[in-house]
Amino acid sequence: MPRTARSAVLRDAIGLGLAVGLYGAAFGAAADAAGLYPWQAITLSALMFTGASQFAMVGVLGAGGSALAAVGSALLLGTRNTVYGVRLVPLLRPRGLRRLGAAHWVIDETTAMSLGAPDRALGRLAFLATGATIYLTWNLMTAVGAFGAAGLGGTARAALDAVVPAAFLALLWPRLRKSFPEAAVQRRVAAGGAAVALALTPFVPAGVQVVVAVVAVALAGPPRATQRPTASEEMA
Amino acid sequence: MSGTTLWAAVLAASAGCYLLKLAGLAVPAAWVEQPWVARVVDFVPAALLAALVAVQALTSGHQLVLDGRLVGLAVAALALALRAPFIVVLLLAGAAGALVHVVAG
Repeated sequence: MPRTARSAVLRDAIGLGLAVGLYGAAFGAAADAAGLYPWQAITLSALMFTGASQFAMVGVLGAGGSALAAVGSALLLGTRNTVYGVRLVPLLRPRGLRRLGAAHWVIDETTAMSLGAPDRALGRLAFLATGATIYLTWNLMTAVGAFGAAGLGGTARAALDAVVPAAFLALLWPRLRKSFPEAAVQRRVAAGGAAVALALTPFVPAGVQVVVAVVAVALAGPPRATQRPTASEEMA
Repeated sequence: MSGTTLWAAVLAASAGCYLLKLAGLAVPAAWVEQPWVARVVDFVPAALLAALVAVQALTSGHQLVLDGRLVGLAVAALALALRAPFIVVLLLAGAAGALVHVVAG
């Protein structure tokens, strides 16, 4: 393969990996704010390793939700990784132990980078480089955030409380942009999800309203005949 | 919630999320690529993330509450609309929340 294409893929993958990995500090701090021990935040980053699900888990726990509601919301957000895996199979063609290892790195960013690469070999390289960079920095920064937040006082706590909803908004935002496939429908579903969650808050056990808000996907309506978004458009 | 319950939740959700990833690499593509399945999976993140935004910014227990978190969220939305990097968005939201805390005492 040409040397320049290779280094371009590596540069993009490592650049994205570093930027996303920094976000791990916000996760570590959010986990601390939700009452998790630093080691629990670190375990989530090492073993769950899928940002939206991790944030959802600590978000529900932080709102006073049950363990079941927290696990449920993490799993619901984890379903999109299954779809990413299906798209990556022709590219990675993983077998045996390699499949077990590759699965752990099937996330938004690795999928977008590898499917966006010019050919199969570069796609595999992008998958590995993005996965390795994010895995290292995400875990490192989670520890920094979790241990760093543990000693914060009142004003810093208030800052952290404001960072958590902003972090969810930042995860959601790319799906609402005009360039995203069916952005208008995404916005409708998002508005519906928020409305359902707020309306249920006074009446259901904490955290349950988040899981139940998934009914808002009904607002998306039936599948279109030719609907087929690409993974690079789905990064979030 | 006891520490043991919390650890059990952390490990169970981690195992579940890993199995969802592995399933994509292991099951026949046709199972996952049913139009209805694809439709639901495409829109679940929007519904759930928006619900989390609302719950994290506007509620405390079973109450609806207006405080610095909503100000932080508004600042974050503005920064995102101006295409600020993630880390800048979070820092601005945090600064806004802290400012409200100090001003409101």
